[in-house]
Amino acid sequence: MAVNTPLLEVENFNVGFKTERGLAKAVDGVSFVLNRGETLGIVGESGSGKSVLNRGIMGLIASSRVVETGSVIFDGVQLANQDRQDLWGKRISMIFQDPMTSLNPVMKIGKQINEPIRKHLGFSKSQATERAIELLTSVGIPEPARRISQYPHEMSGGMRQRVMIAIAMSGEPEMMVADEPTTALDVTVQKYILDLLRQVQLDRGMAMTLITHDLGVARGRTDQIMVMYGGRIMEHAETEALFANMRHPYTEALLASIPRLAHAKHTRLSPIPGAPPDIVEPPPGCRFAPRCRYAQQQCITESPAVIDDNGHRYACFYPVGTDENAEALATNQARGETATGLKIGPAPSKTDNDGENG
Amino acid sequence: MAGSGTAHLRDKDDVILRVQDLVMEFPAGKGQVVHAVSGISFDIAEGETLGLVGESGCGKSTTAKAVIQLPIPTSGSVLFEETELTGLSKEELRQTRPQLQMIFQDPIASLNPRRRVFDIVSEGLEVWGSGGGGEGSFAESRVEEIIRAVGLDPDQTRKRRPHEYSGGQCQRISVARALVLDPKIIICDEPVSALDVSVQAQVLNMLEDMKARYGLTLMFISHDLSVVKNISDRVAVMYLGKMCEIGDGDLLFANPAHPYTKVLLAAVPDPENQHANDGEVLAGELPSPIDPPTGCRFNTRCPHAQDICRTTEPQIEQVGDGDHWVACHFPLVS
Ligand SMILES: Nc1ncnc2c1ncn2[C@@H]1O[C@H](COP(=O)(O)OP(=O)(O)OP(=O)(O)O)[C@@H](O)[C@H]1O
Ligand SMILES: Nc1ncnc2c1ncn2[C@@H]1O[C@H](COP(=O)(O)OP(=O)(O)O)[C@@H](O)[C@H]1O
Ligand code: SF4
Ligand SMILES: [Mg+2]
Ligand SMILES: [Mg+2]
Repeated sequence: MAVNTPLLEVENFNVGFKTERGLAKAVDGVSFVLNRGETLGIVGESGSGKSVLNRGIMGLIASSRVVETGSVIFDGVQLANQDRQDLWGKRISMIFQDPMTSLNPVMKIGKQINEPIRKHLGFSKSQATERAIELLTSVGIPEPARRISQYPHEMSGGMRQRVMIAIAMSGEPEMMVADEPTTALDVTVQKYILDLLRQVQLDRGMAMTLITHDLGVARGRTDQIMVMYGGRIMEHAETEALFANMRHPYTEALLASIPRLAHAKHTRLSPIPGAPPDIVEPPPGCRFAPRCRYAQQQCITESPAVIDDNGHRYACFYPVGTDENAEALATNQARGETATGLKIGPAPSKTDNDGENG
Repeated sequence: MAGSGTAHLRDKDDVILRVQDLVMEFPAGKGQVVHAVSGISFDIAEGETLGLVGESGCGKSTTAKAVIQLPIPTSGSVLFEETELTGLSKEELRQTRPQLQMIFQDPIASLNPRRRVFDIVSEGLEVWGSGGGGEGSFAESRVEEIIRAVGLDPDQTRKRRPHEYSGGQCQRISVARALVLDPKIIICDEPVSALDVSVQAQVLNMLEDMKARYGLTLMFISHDLSVVKNISDRVAVMYLGKMCEIGDGDLLFANPAHPYTKVLLAAVPDPENQHANDGEVLAGELPSPIDPPTGCRFNTRCPHAQDICRTTEPQIEQVGDGDHWVACHFPLVS
């Protein structure tokens, strides 16, 4: 199980939901490679397709209403949807934002951990209980022998999430899909959970996709980051490369919208104007164009292809940090609006302490 | 925290709200008691925003609700302008309600799904009898003005119901509904926690604008330290029903004096710093509020705890000579 060998290879993956209005393209042409032992962060606003992408890859959303295409290779083997469902729980596990909805409220914790162990590993009841206590200990649950006879509501949110991780770890998966695993938790508990997942990865070479809307979490906890918007990849790079050399206007805008501890109180925030796109009838050109402060005519009529710049991928005609980008901004500032009619202010004075990444 | 004490309270004449030695206990069966809030004191000056941070269960919402007497606190005083709220009759309380408004986390759930949004916003005026209705009336134009001020289209709100609006828009509706009553203070309990980062920024900016425009005083609760730092003038940090540290937000975050504040800050991820969270985790579990630790309530998890911390509750003292106060026997800065 050498680290740095590809475990999951996804190529041109698409998921559409049939709706009354037409096909909702929730995931549109997504490709990536995840190595053993590594973490892929997936960020983007709500509705950008993060959860559907991951559920789709795991074969969890097949239905007559779903149109799914693309190639998924796990550990060197190309897998159809049904084969991927069979991996789930054994070689791939998943944890979600709200452990309360995935834990059974009327079943004791011990039983909930035992069942998958007995199913996947064929343990006897007493072996499974022993293993359950071991797993609870490994996720830092105090008094595990007592806890196995408790119900989920008798535990705090952070403890329930640890139980979820214990259950997810029970099949000794090679890959973990973590969908906003700490979004509902306090920062101290979040740190505990993310440290725990990192330790498991180090110990066992487990790969992980970490879905988060928190760019701070993504920066500290991932090897590569994929930024999604309206079902598409906007930017995708190794984490440090992404932050050192941010290329996509959407990534830049997302980062600029969050309040920072390092900034003085009452620092004016910069929200992204407008709202995420309608995925049934997305904007014809670049999906971000209606909200992008650099948008030009070309962004409305043509869809930017994904450019691969030494592994740093982005889809934009006027990437941040280029002369073209600076010119586009100057053009829009001079006319007071972008090509899509988005109003923007004049060039800020140099005394503004707020600008980042150009 | 830690501790109790009132050294940080300002002169009564300089503040609009003064909460002193607030205690809120709930029965927990078998004769046991949940010590949700245990002797909290703070005040808010007119036009100020006080941020309240701390982990889940530390008593933020209980404190907020105790301020508006929902329910009436177990003990302690809540002085709003000249009025002691804890002693008021039901009817007297009813009359102060419009002046102290509260906004909650779940924007959609807190709005009546069957009513049109314009009516939801006007609702308070009918209930509180502070204005006759009717198209073109004073009340009507005031509602319109406020709906526009929070960034919505009044005509749309006449046709649409809450589910036809996004989470961020519903939070704007909640703010508008509070504003129509011309409140002195708005208490916001996790108003942006359910929102996407970009929408969160829109709502935070809107709150700042409304505060300036309508001369509001805010109490703002969140477990997100960056959000609280951004919107607040002063910040109070709570732990297990007690106050740890309070003061000017810039001072407090730059130089946390309470070990708990420091641990909290060290757990906040930072997109500018890959290694922001590489330090130690907070040891141990949150103790039960039914049987909280004696002395300083943080002593079971504090890396600096000594014997005195287990026996004696620290009182709030000033840090340096600025607006910065801490309840700790061994503050990190003094
Ligand atoms: N009506 C009640 N009966 C019993 N216990 C209660 C009641 N309301 C609150 N508590 C308890 O009081 C403590 C403080 O709760 P509170 O809701 O104020 O926390 P909080 O700081 O707002 O947390 P969160 O960040 O999760 O909203 C908790 O231990 C809670 O379980
Ligand atoms: N079962 C479904 N039917 C129709 N649309 C769906 C379904 N599940 C998700 N979607 C849509 O797909 C898009 C992506 O959703 P999701 O992946 O959950 O976003 P997120 O990035 O927040 O995880 C959204 O527009 C969502 O409304
Ligand atoms: S500059 Fe054009 S292509 Fe690039 S993000 Fe903006 S709208 Fe899209
Ligand atoms: Mg999701
Ligand atoms: Mg609360």
